[in-house]
Amino acid sequence: MPTIMGLSGNEAVAHAMRQINPDVVAAYPITPQTELMHQFAEFHADGLVDTELVLTESEHSAMSATVGAAAAGARAMTATSANGLALMWEIVYIAASLRLPIVMPVINRALSGPINIHCDHSDTMGCRDSGWIQIFSENCQEAYDNALMAVKISEHKNILLPTMITLDGFILSHTLERVELLDDDVVKKFVGDYHPEHALLDVDHPITVGPLDLQDYYFEHKRQQIHAMTQVFPVIEQVAGEFAKLSGRRYGLIEEYRLDDAERAIILMGSSVGTAKDVVDDLRDAGEKVGLIKIRVYRPFPYDAIRAALKKLKAVAVLDRAVSFGTFGGPVYTDVRATLYGNGVNLPVINYIYGLGGRDIDKAQIKSAFDDLKNIVKSGRIGEELRFLGLRD
Amino acid sequence: MASLKELAAREPKLSPGHRACAGCIPALAFHQVLRSAPGYVVAGCATGCMEVVTTIFPYTAWNIPFIHNAFENSAATISGVEAAYQVLKRKGKVTKDIKFIAFGGDGGTYDIGLQSLSGAMERGHNMLYVCYDNEAYMNTGIQRSSATPFAADTKTAPVGKVHKGKKQYPKKLTEIIIAHDVAYAAQASPSHWRDLNRKVEKALSIEGPAFINVLAPCPPGWRFPSDMGLEMARLAVETCFWPLYEFENGKRKLTYKPKEKLPISEWTKHQGRFRHLHQEENKHLLEQAQQEVDRRWNELLALCGESA
Ligand SMILES: Cc1ncc(C[n+]2csc(CCOP(=O)(O)OP(=O)(O)O)c2C)c(N)n1
Repeated sequence: MPTIMGLSGNEAVAHAMRQINPDVVAAYPITPQTELMHQFAEFHADGLVDTELVLTESEHSAMSATVGAAAAGARAMTATSANGLALMWEIVYIAASLRLPIVMPVINRALSGPINIHCDHSDTMGCRDSGWIQIFSENCQEAYDNALMAVKISEHKNILLPTMITLDGFILSHTLERVELLDDDVVKKFVGDYHPEHALLDVDHPITVGPLDLQDYYFEHKRQQIHAMTQVFPVIEQVAGEFAKLSGRRYGLIEEYRLDDAERAIILMGSSVGTAKDVVDDLRDAGEKVGLIKIRVYRPFPYDAIRAALKKLKAVAVLDRAVSFGTFGGPVYTDVRATLYGNGVNLPVINYIYGLGGRDIDKAQIKSAFDDLKNIVKSGRIGEELRFLGLRD
Repeated sequence: MASLKELAAREPKLSPGHRACAGCIPALAFHQVLRSAPGYVVAGCATGCMEVVTTIFPYTAWNIPFIHNAFENSAATISGVEAAYQVLKRKGKVTKDIKFIAFGGDGGTYDIGLQSLSGAMERGHNMLYVCYDNEAYMNTGIQRSSATPFAADTKTAPVGKVHKGKKQYPKKLTEIIIAHDVAYAAQASPSHWRDLNRKVEKALSIEGPAFINVLAPCPPGWRFPSDMGLEMARLAVETCFWPLYEFENGKRKLTYKPKEKLPISEWTKHQGRFRHLHQEENKHLLEQAQQEVDRRWNELLALCGESA
């Protein structure tokens, strides 16, 4: 029987980690991730996990120790936010290239500078090309569910790539929601026992991990990483299927919300999806044909699913909670635009940057985006491609 | 302590055929350290000469499990490996007794990796960290590090018309590690291999974090003939530039005291990086170097409860 609890996102993920019972967890504090590790440290202190907790002197070392532990043959995790992730950046790439199935919750927070502790997606976006799988969470329940599924996805023998699951700082990490926890033994069976094929601690079969890889092999190894990424979607779907049987909750790469006969839609990810769904409902009540596309799996980017969803529409707005300086919009916008070119799908796509540094996004703002789309459809003129929501002029 | 015969009979953990330069003393230091370790060892190394020459894919010189992660995180990486060992042993998934050694050059240890090393020592992982100190960033082409001796000629602190090599004295890394109150810390030299062998054995037998700083002369970096590496290491000890001592149970102890302390010039005169010190107009620099060696040596003697 699932247990229903009132939990913050941090607590929900800490419970997931308690149930996963990783062999090694390395940790270094940064707001808003801190409470996740506080909660996990309490579980550890109470003997509820067998985990070896490595309390490092920095995030760089936390990720380094996680890599060492995973290479040793342990199921290893860490968690971070913003500058912590930036400090890990060098090793984030190494973790992926070593094909280590590490799972890391990232509690999204704006990247300095200026320093700001509140939510946006600039931290995760900084390593979207690092070779990690990235799964975004809409609410605390999803954060919990994603953490459990991530273990199975990462460790799948066709994949062996690390996964970041993200949850919006404060908005989810510190907000109490109704969360349904699976039973401990159900989770234990779901994630299974971990038996890596190669491990440093298998001393009778010595391996060299992380060698110098020059002109004659590096390229082929990158090709293998690219290939592994192409194998991720079927595994995510398979794991989601298994998870749905246990929980009754089914997750796709994207979620289409009231999209079937929609003419206009917005695309976004993270906690704002909930607010946006409300707006869609309101507009639907008023007879407007609007819908929403939630991106859940951001890396690898679900081009086909998004392209198929876009085919039904007359205009779409992409809402980005991060900037990509010097290009023509936010990172999600660039990705969405790239799905369209050269395959017969052609519709106006505009971009809104919103919520930087924790700036609130409200229903009126999201509604204004739908209104803009209405004008675009009516006039046939796109106008400004890059726009802002909730920005003071 | 293992006899020379026993040491020689051990399976080498690092095989011949790696790509170190002729006369590379860091490579020799690795051999000596690894030979001194009986049983199972998992090793790691920071980015640098030794990692580069031993692991060019698809080859490896490592006969034991080995991990290279990045430049500044050899200690943190082995921390993770050792943590995995603790838990997997507890769970019965690993049954062998395994020792852990993290290696790093002076750049990867004195400088960029100091924080990671400090963290690992403070957390008390059961591991040995070995710094092979060749006194500069050799892998990237002989730039100064905080281990480079005073007045040495390097690519980033060269001898020119105005500036005459490195301006600072080397950082006292061994003392910084001792300040962590580690289980064991020592300085060693491949020229005094018996002493080095004993220190490694001891470090690995003691529970908790241990550290050994090994002087490792580099023929191209220091500019001496490639058959003189061990002589360079020996002279560094005999001139008291590189004292051999250890720290255990809160006490420092000299493990070798030169019968006659040689002047520093006996060491510097063989090395291209110090050539300018032997020109008349730079005599004051050599004197300054000597004064600092004397000061540090006397300070160490006092700490060890010895008289000059
Ligand atoms: C973060 C980072 N900065 C710089 C480098 C470039 N780098 C690689 S090896 C090295 C020097 C290594 O010097 P040292 O640790 O003294 O070892 P040695 O090469 O002398 O054996 C440097 C600067 C790097 N790999 N990573």
